[in-house]
Amino acid sequence: MNRAIRRWSVLTLLMFVALLANITVVQVFWADELNARSDNRRVLLEEFARQRGPILVGDTAVAVSEESTGRFDYQRSYPQGPLYAHATGFYSWVYGRSATERAANDILAGTDETLFARRVIDLVSGRPPEGGSVRLTLQPAAQEAADSGLAGMVGAVVAIDPATGAILAMSARPSYDPNPLADPNAEVQEQAWTAYQTDAAEPMLNRAIAQTYPPGSTFKLVTAAAALESGDYEPDTVIPGPAELPLPGSTTTLPNAFGGECGPSGQTTLLDALRISCNTAFGALGIELGDDALREQAEAFGYNTQPLVEYNAATSVFPDTLDPAQTAQAAIGQFDVRASALQDAMVTAAIANDGVLMRPYLIAEALAPDLAVLQVTEPSEQARSVSVATARDLTEMMVAVVDSGTGRNAAIPGVSVAGKTGTAERGAGQTPVYWFTSFAPAEDPQVAVAVVIENPGERVDVSGGQLAAPIARAVMQAVLLEEGGQG
Amino acid sequence: MTSPAPPAPVRTGSGRWIELVLVLVASAITVGAYANVGLGTSGALPDQLVPYSVGVVVVGVLAHLLVRWRAPFADPVLLPTALALNGIGLAMIHRLDLADAAQADRLGVPVPSPEAPGQLVWSLVGIVLLVLVLWLVRDHRVLAPYTYLTFLLGVVLLLLPLVPGLGVEINGARIWISVLGQSFQPGEAAKVVMVVAFSSYLVVHREALALAGRRILGVDLPRGRDLGPILVVWLLGMAILVFELDLGAAVLFFGIFVVMLFVATERVGWLVVGVLLAVAGGVGSYLLFSHVQERVSAWLDPFGDPDANYQVIQSLYGLAYGGMLGTGLGQGQPDLIPFAESDFITAALGEELGLTGLMVIIVLFGVLVARGLRAAIGVRDPFGTLLAAGLATAIGLQVFVVVGGVTKLIPLTGLTTPFLSLGGSSLIMNWVIVALLLRVSDAGRRPAPAPPPPLAEAQTQAVRLR
Repeated sequence: MNRAIRRWSVLTLLMFVALLANITVVQVFWADELNARSDNRRVLLEEFARQRGPILVGDTAVAVSEESTGRFDYQRSYPQGPLYAHATGFYSWVYGRSATERAANDILAGTDETLFARRVIDLVSGRPPEGGSVRLTLQPAAQEAADSGLAGMVGAVVAIDPATGAILAMSARPSYDPNPLADPNAEVQEQAWTAYQTDAAEPMLNRAIAQTYPPGSTFKLVTAAAALESGDYEPDTVIPGPAELPLPGSTTTLPNAFGGECGPSGQTTLLDALRISCNTAFGALGIELGDDALREQAEAFGYNTQPLVEYNAATSVFPDTLDPAQTAQAAIGQFDVRASALQDAMVTAAIANDGVLMRPYLIAEALAPDLAVLQVTEPSEQARSVSVATARDLTEMMVAVVDSGTGRNAAIPGVSVAGKTGTAERGAGQTPVYWFTSFAPAEDPQVAVAVVIENPGERVDVSGGQLAAPIARAVMQAVLLEEGGQG
Repeated sequence: MTSPAPPAPVRTGSGRWIELVLVLVASAITVGAYANVGLGTSGALPDQLVPYSVGVVVVGVLAHLLVRWRAPFADPVLLPTALALNGIGLAMIHRLDLADAAQADRLGVPVPSPEAPGQLVWSLVGIVLLVLVLWLVRDHRVLAPYTYLTFLLGVVLLLLPLVPGLGVEINGARIWISVLGQSFQPGEAAKVVMVVAFSSYLVVHREALALAGRRILGVDLPRGRDLGPILVVWLLGMAILVFELDLGAAVLFFGIFVVMLFVATERVGWLVVGVLLAVAGGVGSYLLFSHVQERVSAWLDPFGDPDANYQVIQSLYGLAYGGMLGTGLGQGQPDLIPFAESDFITAALGEELGLTGLMVIIVLFGVLVARGLRAAIGVRDPFGTLLAAGLATAIGLQVFVVVGGVTKLIPLTGLTTPFLSLGGSSLIMNWVIVALLLRVSDAGRRPAPAPPPPLAEAQTQAVRLR
């Protein structure tokens, strides 16, 4: 029996070695990742004992830690509440952190390695450690214009500086007040959390970046880009634009939203097709170009890649393998094509920036507690979406949309605006999604914006041009006024 | 003519002095941990430090003296190892009491009654039980003859929680009974009783069970007709799982029996059969029972459902927060882990003592198991060998299953951590295990009776046989 016991001893030894190896993995190699998780209350407890750095928009703190007599020495507050809630996120003892509070936590909490030397000094000098601050790319005027434009609706706005990718406005309605979630009283936090979570309007959902919708006619920009890039089309190329497009392999047809032909005897030009948002012309164009060309172009604009990863932005989707009928629908932003407001703004921004898509970002810089600059986000190129020539052609076509097409509501006196409307059908029983995306000035773009309205509230029987274009105009004006004021 | 000198008797030290020194070391660990908890939580030494220290040393030395008297050749490492583990467990339970009290204070609710005093009493009961076992069981072989009676007793103990009015279900497992307001886990006693029963059964039947059946892939499988006993134990395990929802105990009982079968017969085939049956039971229960599926998904991806797997996640957070060196006793937040004082005490210890401290604790368990297996090898009678091997295996498997579960090496199954976890039944039965291991090791290390004097010098006459 002893031989068997010796063999069993070896197995037992292996079991214990496995235990030791496993705790080594958990406590040493996995520890950093576990400690960084936002629902880890141990780390929160340690953090709550420290003064957390503010989140700045311009020079205004939109999230700030103040001394408190409550459970912890400091309490987080958000002076402007819902206005910046989707950007700041919340910072809760019970529910963890989100958005910037999560993405920039190391800096804000003072645990980032760039702050290490300072921490050592704090430790030696006995000074309570302090977190660094984070400045966002948002512009207050643009953010406020976006937010008030969305009042009473369910929707979102994203504005981007086309030349850098800096996000100038990121607004979504409804929003929520992050203050109760940072309350020292856990019951207050719980009540607020329950109210937000059970609200059917989902106020904590950041519709600007984390929600995708069918992009509808705004996707015609991508289809038009693919056509121009193919070399076979110019803005004045004549293409068929019948009242109804029979879908290959099926008995259904694709009609125009306005019912009727897009031009005399069912013929139109690429420019006019975009200007009046002709479904049949773009559907046929999609079939002609094929789904591979559309997908390639969509991906060059950022589809099928997650943007703004640190903010858990949604990935916009152009689906794999489509048959010709599906391709026709995809070409006008229907079928399974999905885009976030951020993605739509990225398409427009790339067109505005001579065809170069800049990687969107929200954190401009990180500052030490003494306001010394720790990190600055350098603008970086994400992709060349289209050639300079194509970008110019698309700009010309988009200017026509605002000048004399479906996007007239976005016109700004004295400024040439380039834009595109969209009204996308969703499933049966759901309201359509209203879109508008634009940039201005067309000859020297300062701002690209996308507006999506999921539920217009009181207003019915409207279109993207009527509903979303005025909001886009207000946001563009706010940015241009700001730039003008500074320049 | 010179006769060869008689071989000098090999003088192996009994190790009693080593044991005394180690008992004092264990006392120092126990007292040090207690003092550390005080320093870590309130910055001052605990008020009860002096009486506690005296008590710890006195109890340790008394236990040592009794071993010296009743089991003078016993392994000197077993007692101090168990004392040290028990002391560390007490300190952590006390520490969690303090955390609960502080929490209640903050919330302005009544302070819950502390658990440590009760656990201290159970520790004393355990050590008294150790003394009683050593006193009453002079030779472990007295336990051997009543195979079926012992087995029956074990089954009754196991099934006791299912008796209506007696059994109570706590936290989803029906493994407690309530008597006079006290709750017990009869399964803990059943574990020891079953090891005794398995040993006495296998002593008698091991030769038959060792007969080879068919040979497949180089492994001699047992004969089909010998599969009865293992199937009975397997069914028993499945019954525990189905009716008491106690996955841990089911795994433990079956595992112990399979290992003992292997030890008794030296047939790898039994391990193969055991593993096959365990896999069949595992897959079957996975398909049939949602709570088993939950355990497995909690293991594979605890963060997939953070609310349901809160406990494991908190355990991992605690371990990660402790890191290499730990926060120091009294300075972490182990009270964030639900049931930190029972099933999850290793996570609490890992947080405050760090990887370093937790490794020491696991190695202490390893020492206990190794010494138990050593006793099994050293003893001369097969019953003693099987008994010690079974008891050591019980500790080893239980530590592996519970520590592995808490640290996400394997799916979590509810089991107590020997000597550390809060709970009287588990604690005292582990002391009984140590007592039996001491008894067996004493028998194994006892010098053989003085050999008869050489024939030439014997006062005998040669007898001529025709």
